[in-house]
Amino acid sequence: MEDKILLAHGSGGKIAHELVQRTFVEALDNPMLSRLDDSAVAEFSGRLAFTTDSYVVSPIFFPGGDIGKLAVCGTVNDLAMSGAKPLYLSLAFIIEEGLPLSELKQVVESVARAAQEASVSIIAGDTKVVHRGSADKLFINTAGIGIIAEGIDISGSNARAGDKVLLSGPIGDHGMAVLSVREGLSFSTALQSDCAPLNSLVTDMLYACRDIHCLRDPTRGGLATTLNELAGQSEVSIRIDEDNIPVREEVLAACEMLGLDPLYVANEGKLVAIVPAVEADRVLRAMRGNQYGTKASVIGEAQAENPGRVTIKTRIGSSRIVDMLTGDPLPRIC
Amino acid sequence: MRFIDEFRRSDLAQALISQIHRRSRASVRFMEFCGGHTVTIFRYGIRQLLPPTIEMVSGPGCPVCVTSNADLDKAIALAEVPGVIISTFGDMFKVPGSRSSLQQANADGADVRMVYSALDALQLARENPDRSVVFLGIGFETTAPTIAASILQAKEQQLANYHVLSMHKLCPPVIRAILDSGEVKLQGLVCPGHVSAVTGSRTWEFIARDYGIPCVVSGFEPLDVLQCIAMLVDQVESGRSEVEIAYSRGVKSEGNAEALKLMDRVFEPAPADWRGVGEIASSGLKIRKEYGEFDAERAFPVEVSQPIEHEGCICGEILRGVSTPLDCSLFSHACTPQCPVGPCMVSSEGTCAAYYSYGGAVGG
Repeated sequence: MEDKILLAHGSGGKIAHELVQRTFVEALDNPMLSRLDDSAVAEFSGRLAFTTDSYVVSPIFFPGGDIGKLAVCGTVNDLAMSGAKPLYLSLAFIIEEGLPLSELKQVVESVARAAQEASVSIIAGDTKVVHRGSADKLFINTAGIGIIAEGIDISGSNARAGDKVLLSGPIGDHGMAVLSVREGLSFSTALQSDCAPLNSLVTDMLYACRDIHCLRDPTRGGLATTLNELAGQSEVSIRIDEDNIPVREEVLAACEMLGLDPLYVANEGKLVAIVPAVEADRVLRAMRGNQYGTKASVIGEAQAENPGRVTIKTRIGSSRIVDMLTGDPLPRIC
Repeated sequence: MRFIDEFRRSDLAQALISQIHRRSRASVRFMEFCGGHTVTIFRYGIRQLLPPTIEMVSGPGCPVCVTSNADLDKAIALAEVPGVIISTFGDMFKVPGSRSSLQQANADGADVRMVYSALDALQLARENPDRSVVFLGIGFETTAPTIAASILQAKEQQLANYHVLSMHKLCPPVIRAILDSGEVKLQGLVCPGHVSAVTGSRTWEFIARDYGIPCVVSGFEPLDVLQCIAMLVDQVESGRSEVEIAYSRGVKSEGNAEALKLMDRVFEPAPADWRGVGEIASSGLKIRKEYGEFDAERAFPVEVSQPIEHEGCICGEILRGVSTPLDCSLFSHACTPQCPVGPCMVSSEGTCAAYYSYGGAVGG
C-alpha cells in the first residue's frame, strides 16, 4: 500500500520526527537547519529585506513546476524585486491527511533543487498535518531574508516621467500552464510554467545599472495589474505598446479559447523593470544575456500626465485604458 | 495559431479604416448585438478610429445580462434546496438577484460549482449519484445545442440526478422587439457571429426586408469587426439593405443543421422574460415534455417572491441601446466590477464592464 501522510505525522512524536529528518532535513541539508534548534541563528550586516508569502496552487504539480519550486522561486523573487540578494528562507508545510508521502518527497526535492539554483538556504521549517478536507493537499507558507547592497534604492514609488518600462519575456505562461491541468478544464498544450528564480537576472541588471527605479514580478493579476500598481505608487502614467509585448502562440491560443486576456494572466518567472531612459539599452542587453531574460523588450514608458493610468497602443493603432484585474478572469460562455 | 495574428494585422486594419472614412457620408447608428463584439470594439479601441458619422451602440447580446431577476432568484432558491449541487458558467456566480447571489448562497452553505460546459455538469452528476446536479442553462442559440446534447446523454445513460434549469433565450425575437419599440433608430446591425454559426445568416433576413436595416454578420477579431462596419457603410451609402457575411470562415447562410436539430429535439419555444425588455413570446426555450424528467423546474418546484429591481440601475436601458453606462448615476461609483449592482457590470461581456475596464472616455 502507498505510504500516506497520517495525522500522527503532525503529532510532534516519533513518527513526526522521522518525517522531518528523512523527508526534510536530508533533502534540504545545511548546518543551520540541521541543528534542529527552535530557531535558526545567522549573522548579518547591512540593510535587511524581509518577505512572507503563502502558496496554495491547485493542482500542486503542473507543467514546468510544482508548489515547492513555486514557493522557493516566489519568495526569492519577492526579495530580488527589492534589489536584495536572497539568503535564507523558512518553509512551513500544512499538509492534508492522506497526501501520498511520495508526493511530499517530490515537492521537497523540488524545493531543494530550486533553493540550490537560487543559492539560498532553507534554514527553518515547520510541519503541520490537518484533517482531510481542512486543506487542499498541501499549503506552503514561506518567509525570506535578503541583504540589499549600498546605493540601491528600488521601489514601486520610484518611477519618473520619461523612464522606460522593460519586460523580461513572454507573458501568461504560468497561469495558462496551471489552467491547462485544472480539473474540469484540462486541455492539451505543450506549455510550461515559467516558474524560475530571478535573482541572477536582477544581479546582472544591477551590474549594468545601479540606478534601476522599479522592479516587480507580474504574478497574480498579470502584467496589467502590476503596471497599474507601479503607475499608482509612483504617480505617473504608463503607456505601453501591444506590438512590443511578447506572448507565446500557445498562450494566445489558450487565451482565445477561454476568453482570457494574456495581460491579466499570472507569471512566475518574469519581471517588469522601470529604468531611466538613458540606461534602458544597457539594462536590456544585460537582461538578454541572462537565461531568464533572452526575450526581454522595452514595452513602454512612464509619462507625467494622468498619473495612475495605464494605456496601451493596440495592434490596430488605437488606444485604450488597461485597468487592474477585477475579480477572477473567467472563461467565456458564448 | 497564426490565424489569430492575421486578423489583427495593423496594415490591413489601417486600410479598412481609410476605406470606412472615405465611404461614410450619412450619419448612422449601428448596433452591435453581441457582447463579444462590444468587448472587441473596446479592447481594440475601434470606436475612436471611426469617423464622426458613425455611432456604435451596444445591444442585448450578453446572456448573463439579459437574465431577469425572477430567473436569477429561482436559480438561487434552487441552490438552497438540500442535496442540490448547482453547476453554472462562472459569470453567473456573482450576478446579484433581487436579494442574494449564487456567490452569497455558496457562502451560506449551498454547493455551487463553476463548470466550463454542460458536459462537465453531466460528469458532476455521474460522480455524485446521491446528489442532484442542476445545471443553469443560460445563453443563446450558441450554447443551447450543447446543453440539449447533455440532456440527450443523460437520458441515454439514465442519469436521473441531472437537471437543467432552462433560461435560454433566442436572438431574433428580442431584436424584433427592440426595433418595434422604436426607442432606438438603427441604420445597421452587426449581427452575432457565434449565434449565426448555428442559426445561419438567413435568420436575420426579416430585419433587412421588413425594417430596411442593413445586416452584416461579424466575427470577433478586430479586422472582422472593421470589415463588417465597412460593409454596413457600403450598404447604407448604396441604399441597400441586405444580409451579408463578414465572417465566412465561421458562418453559412443555412447555419448548422445538426445543432438546430439537437436543439429542436430537446427544447421548444416558450415565452421568456428579458431584463429591461420584459416578456417576449417565443423568445425562450423550455425543455420538451419527453425530457421532462431532466427539467429542474419540474423536479424542484421552488417558490420565489416578487423580484425586486435594483434602484437606480439602468441595465435594462443599456441592453436596449437607449442609454450608455455613462448615463448611469451608479456607474463606476456605486457599481463596479468588485461590487456590482447590475449584471452588465458582472459579466465579462457586459457593456458596463467593457466601459469600466477599457475606459469609456479614452477607449470609447
